[in-house]
Amino acid sequence: MSTDGARPGVETMGGVPATDAPKLTRKDFDPGVDVRWCPGCGDYSILRAVQNVFPELGIPRERFVVVSGIGCSSRFPYYMNTFGFHTIHGRAPAVATGLKMSRPDLSVWVVTGDGDALSIGGNHLIHACRRNVDLKILMFNNRIYGLTKGQFSPTSEVGKKTKSSPMGSVDVPFNPLSVALGAEASFVARTVDVSPQHLQAVLRRAAAHRGTAFVEIYQNCTIFNDGAFDSMTEKANRPSALLDLQHGRPMVFDGGTKGLRLRGLDFEVVTLGSGISESDLCVHDESAESPALAFLLSRLERPKFPVPIGVLRAAARPTFEEGIHAQIDRVIERGAGDLDRLLGSGETWTVE
Amino acid sequence: MVIRFAGDSGDGMQLTGTQFGNTAAALGNDLATLPDFPAEIRAPAGTLAGVSGFQLQFASHDVFTPGDGPDVLVAMNAAALKANLPELKRGAVVIANVGGFDETNLKKAGLASNPLEDGSLDGFKLYTLDVTRLTRECLKGSSLNTRAIDRSKNFFALGLMYWMYNRPMETTLQWLRDRFKNQPDVLAANEKVLQAGHAYGETTEMFEVTYRVPKAQVAPGTYRNITGNTALAWGLIAASKLAGIDLFHGAYPITPASDVLHELSRHKAFGVVTFQAEDEIAGVAAAIGAAFGGKLAVTTSSGPGIALKTEAIGLATMAELPLVIINVQRGGPSTGLPTKTEQADLLQAMFGRNSEAPLPILAPATPGDCFHMAIEAARIAIKYMVPVFLLSDGYLANGAEPWPVPKLADLPRIPVTFRTDPEGFSPYQRAADTLARPWAIPGTPGLEHRIGGLEKHEHTGSVSYDPVNHERMVKLREAKVAGIAADVPDLEVNGDTSGDLLVLGWGSTYGAITAAVSAARARGLKVSSAHLRHLNPFPRNLERVLRSYGQVLIPELNMGQLRLLIQARFVLPTIGLSKVQGQPLKVSEVLARIEELARSH
Repeated sequence: MSTDGARPGVETMGGVPATDAPKLTRKDFDPGVDVRWCPGCGDYSILRAVQNVFPELGIPRERFVVVSGIGCSSRFPYYMNTFGFHTIHGRAPAVATGLKMSRPDLSVWVVTGDGDALSIGGNHLIHACRRNVDLKILMFNNRIYGLTKGQFSPTSEVGKKTKSSPMGSVDVPFNPLSVALGAEASFVARTVDVSPQHLQAVLRRAAAHRGTAFVEIYQNCTIFNDGAFDSMTEKANRPSALLDLQHGRPMVFDGGTKGLRLRGLDFEVVTLGSGISESDLCVHDESAESPALAFLLSRLERPKFPVPIGVLRAAARPTFEEGIHAQIDRVIERGAGDLDRLLGSGETWTVE
Repeated sequence: MVIRFAGDSGDGMQLTGTQFGNTAAALGNDLATLPDFPAEIRAPAGTLAGVSGFQLQFASHDVFTPGDGPDVLVAMNAAALKANLPELKRGAVVIANVGGFDETNLKKAGLASNPLEDGSLDGFKLYTLDVTRLTRECLKGSSLNTRAIDRSKNFFALGLMYWMYNRPMETTLQWLRDRFKNQPDVLAANEKVLQAGHAYGETTEMFEVTYRVPKAQVAPGTYRNITGNTALAWGLIAASKLAGIDLFHGAYPITPASDVLHELSRHKAFGVVTFQAEDEIAGVAAAIGAAFGGKLAVTTSSGPGIALKTEAIGLATMAELPLVIINVQRGGPSTGLPTKTEQADLLQAMFGRNSEAPLPILAPATPGDCFHMAIEAARIAIKYMVPVFLLSDGYLANGAEPWPVPKLADLPRIPVTFRTDPEGFSPYQRAADTLARPWAIPGTPGLEHRIGGLEKHEHTGSVSYDPVNHERMVKLREAKVAGIAADVPDLEVNGDTSGDLLVLGWGSTYGAITAAVSAARARGLKVSSAHLRHLNPFPRNLERVLRSYGQVLIPELNMGQLRLLIQARFVLPTIGLSKVQGQPLKVSEVLARIEELARSH
């Protein structure tokens, strides 16, 4: 079997060769097993979005691998009719890195949660980002530990009362997008479980990116943290609470009535009209050389600001596995290894 | 003949010893070497903590160890003499660099008076010369600064030893020419100093005798010197060739295993992918990912790193993926003695995972054996779809021995079969003979499936919480590993196949045990030895071998770990010989115990 990388002349999706094989549908990615998330869990809509997007990518089904760690979200591979690996807590990016390094022909997706990715697996996440391994990392953020039944997570807000923090958590949370940007991620995006259209659009963008694509998905846990994102993701709240980023477009929200303007190193919310027009607003540039703008965006929080969704950053940068294999190819071009020559290299002597 | 070069860790003693060893090997002597250096890169100069030594034994007969106490000590400073004096044989030759015995040196070494003058060396043959001054004089007018000049004084000592042992210098001169081909002034200085050291011995006739060690009787063939870590790396490359799949190595730097990573990263021409991970866990996790992808996956570390990898090794056990885990053991627990040797991770390899997670365990006996055992580990991992532990140690890693160079064509192939047929495919359907599940790699149409750390249904491989199924799976995983015994060569006995005493060893104690048993047999004792290279499962004839002797002695560089396994498994009393000093076992220590047992018999 060939485990080669992209074939010349074949269009690629991200770093993976595309195919002209028969069109796949959502059904091809449904293994037909019982899905065992709690009723109403945000994971269902994410699963459906992924199953909708995968057939569109032109990648043969057998080249998809979904790798996960531990947690509710990490059951994901069982519900995808692809190759899948449900690994151990926090280590999915590391397992996926080894897989992608040795098999660049595969489309490797990591599914993780806020506890899995940012707490026990924080180290692997940041190093995957800085290396720019061609992985698509979907981090379901519900700001709570679900599978272990309701402890505060590294994205829980200060003061959060949970089983393990009855007087309120004193931990300052991580901002996942700031972490990814600080870790040199080349693609950073945020989307929400309740908006299938937006979710699928972001997944397509992540798939098309070459390198680590980090996607935070606001995901509702109906049991332990129900309504955590309602103030942003409820239909009525979305216009004023979410800023849908568009590359090259001014940052407007609330039905085009409000926008974001930069004053020094701070954003401010302005109302359009009365002397302020779109040309006064900050224009989004997801591929700016510096991640500074994306970082400023990542810091925006309710209620003072709308929360940005969409692609904060998409910068072109060589992938880790390309670099690794380019070195190997360069050496092999000068001559493939000869074991007998290696064993006999240096000083040897012959006993008659 | 046992020589020890000792000096400050910046004095180049490792290099000096290696060069002397290479020359001895090139002349056809059998030899074994032992570097002994501090954990600190540069401990304070001139102090006891900074003493770095390199010992080698060379002879015209079979050499099994680097020797016990040295016959000749080259001491570059007072601290080096003080640190090594207790090890020195009575009547041994001490060659001391008086330039390293000034008042500052004595103070740093914690010496109240100068041992070269105060009678401390009565009973030894002392030769003194001022290597520091002689080197400086020899390089007067050189373009090098004093610091650089002083750094070449080890070559003066080396030249002197070459004269003492009637060694030609060509091997070292050639090495210098290769090493410094772009630094002609450094090359010229070192050549000059080496020759000056040689000439100094000749013209001053400082030693009454010089030695001539004839060639050893060894089997015909091409030989080279090899260290255990290099042999491991080359063995892994060979295994990848023999299996016809690329090698993936995931590791995090750790003493004394890092040289395997260094060596493998130099051999990209073989398609080797090395991954210096962010931590130990990522090293093994990435290797597991590569194994899932169909590569020969390897992770290397030492005790503390292995501890971190534990959970992931359990995953590989559950996922039943081929993986080679190499532990180059060092002194512990915790950080312990990073640069010192120990064999105390056997029980960690055997039991160091949650729940029932048996794994095959192998251990090379000599530096050269590391090559063959790396291939053996890969063979078992692939054939049985199982993670395999290979236990080397610091002594094998850095020790060297002459090694008959094998030919790729003479090494056994490792068959690899990737499942391709979707018809009737199930990821946990086992082969009847090996109980191995199929290797079904991503990219194979129709074989899409999910694996993971959750318990699997015996037949379908889907997640199962069924109590009876779990027990069946625990037993299947155990039976798979136990069944490897049928594929393990019988234990060979060195000596008679029955007698009063069997000395049973594993790993790097091979040399000391074999030499001690040979010496004891030469004295008429009914003693034999056997050395385990497969520790789980044991060779099938082990019990029969053990029961063929009146007593069993098990020397180990731990508190009796193999002994515990043997006694538990065979309900057989044994005698332990434990040493946990971070140093290899000595022939004399084993021999003394053998003689003691013979007397009380």
